[in-house]
Amino acid sequence: MSFQPHTFSFNESDGAGASTLDVSLGPQHPSTHGVFRMNVRMDGETIVKLQPVFGYLHRNHEKLAESHSWLGTMPYTDRLDYICPITNNWAYAVAVEKLAGIEVPERAEYIRVIVGELTRLQNHTAFLGFILGDMGAWGSALMYAFREREKILDLFEWLTGARMMVNYMRFGGVRCDLPVGWLEKARAYVETYPAFLDEMEQLLTGNEILLARLQGVGVLSGERAINGGLSGPVLRASGIDYDIRKVDGYGVYPRLNFRIPRGTKGDCFDRFMLRILEARESIKILRQAFAQIPEGPTLNPAVKQRGFKPPVGEAYGRIEGPKGELGFHLISEGGEKPYRIHIRPPSLINLTLLEEMCLGTKLADVMVILGSIDIVLGEVDR
Amino acid sequence: MMNFPGSGILKGMVVTARNMIGSYFDRAHAKRLITEQYPEERPTLPEASRSFPFLVFDGQDPEAGMRCVACKICEKECPPQCIFIEQDRDANGKLLRRPKIFDIDISVCMGCQICVESCPFESIRMDNIYEMSSCDRFGSLVIHKGQLLKSNEYYRSINPTEAAETDARIEAARIKKAAAAKVAAEKVAAARAAAAAKAAAEQAAQPPSEPEQPAP
Repeated sequence: MSFQPHTFSFNESDGAGASTLDVSLGPQHPSTHGVFRMNVRMDGETIVKLQPVFGYLHRNHEKLAESHSWLGTMPYTDRLDYICPITNNWAYAVAVEKLAGIEVPERAEYIRVIVGELTRLQNHTAFLGFILGDMGAWGSALMYAFREREKILDLFEWLTGARMMVNYMRFGGVRCDLPVGWLEKARAYVETYPAFLDEMEQLLTGNEILLARLQGVGVLSGERAINGGLSGPVLRASGIDYDIRKVDGYGVYPRLNFRIPRGTKGDCFDRFMLRILEARESIKILRQAFAQIPEGPTLNPAVKQRGFKPPVGEAYGRIEGPKGELGFHLISEGGEKPYRIHIRPPSLINLTLLEEMCLGTKLADVMVILGSIDIVLGEVDR
Repeated sequence: MMNFPGSGILKGMVVTARNMIGSYFDRAHAKRLITEQYPEERPTLPEASRSFPFLVFDGQDPEAGMRCVACKICEKECPPQCIFIEQDRDANGKLLRRPKIFDIDISVCMGCQICVESCPFESIRMDNIYEMSSCDRFGSLVIHKGQLLKSNEYYRSINPTEAAETDARIEAARIKKAAAAKVAAEKVAAARAAAAAKAAAEQAAQPPSEPEQPAP
């Protein structure tokens, strides 16, 4: 008996006089951000068909929630998008608060904005390193980015006890108040962040190789982005002015003054630059939040966390996560356990137009386009 | 500013060179060398840092000072269901307020600290230990009661702020309980005194039915 490798095969001629080659990219390719596979059909080096294969990291979070209490589901949301767990907590808390009509104290809202924007900073920082890795530049850029991200994670560990699996938000507030000295440390850190961004820009944005790899690659028009249901930086890079922080105005965002950057061409370079601009706006938000944060309680004392029972009904709560619109659709039957939880992950929905962006480009560009969408497989497969 | 083909790459290389030299001299940027040489250098963990739960006991004897009363709330609340508790019984089969078995499967535990929040007796707390690897997958990753029990002094040493808050709460509850007991005792004593006074009054009001007979 002999083993027949069937993954790599030459197909019948497509009529254009050339035969195509099927290649399975992944699931363990280092630049696929996790276990993600793409079945690619190439004509020479050019992509003629791309089929994403999901599900390698499926852990059944939505079904698990049905056998857990409302509070017991909170730590599982950390594990969706494990690069930025705090915003996942926040989206779930917002949805439950909408379902049960819970008020959040003002200080808790400010803490949420501060940790949420720090999460956005560290996500975009990690993105800067990852996309350089996708281009083949493993090393300096990724190390500089992770050095910076680690400082934000240290702040999270001081506050919540864990670098990544924070389990920090609660229905009607946050679990614990800021420790003594945290705010000063965070403020001092945020003031050093623009220098890091300037350094990264000096390192990256003028680089001719980077420009050649990013400009004009993976172009996505605004219309197609809307039709695909895309959100977050990928949508805004295509020139659409849509940010849920402005549209919904949840939390204390209406009181904060910030702008929404937009791209013009919708190529990979716009997506890259948009993250840098967004990080700069996040610094503005953080400065205002540090100045405005009031004293007071951080958790609504009327809400019983253990044995929490929301009224019968359903609600959809969403926030602008670092990767796009992160929403939770909850259905309650009035019991201690949710009847159904559905998660709207931005990574998965942004990934649906991957083939459209990749068609006609070269094989090496597929990695860059995938990197520019900024996915996390924990959230795609759930 | 120079602007010729390749200038962007050169500018980038200036940054990398500055970082490399800066990592030796640490001039402009704070802390260039951030790598900790792990086995020799240990990180100083923040107070709130958490890994796995442990059980707190007061005093010297772990069994006598155990705060856990085997109420099984943590077992019920634990999201991945990694806690197993069995309540102890005395010789007559009567249930006692302490656990006979208290196991935590740390291969399942995800360190979410929901058990800590749900414990009404301030008994279960988060430890910050690491380096718990083992070659025995099934035996040594289930932590038993004896290994879980750690003294309150240990808790104070790893998380002084939270331990002080816990101690203050326990002390306040003790004072409140003592005050309530004192009030209750006073009430009982007052009631007893009132009853005695009433009885005495009744006795005084009622004339003796017959004179006391001297003992023969």
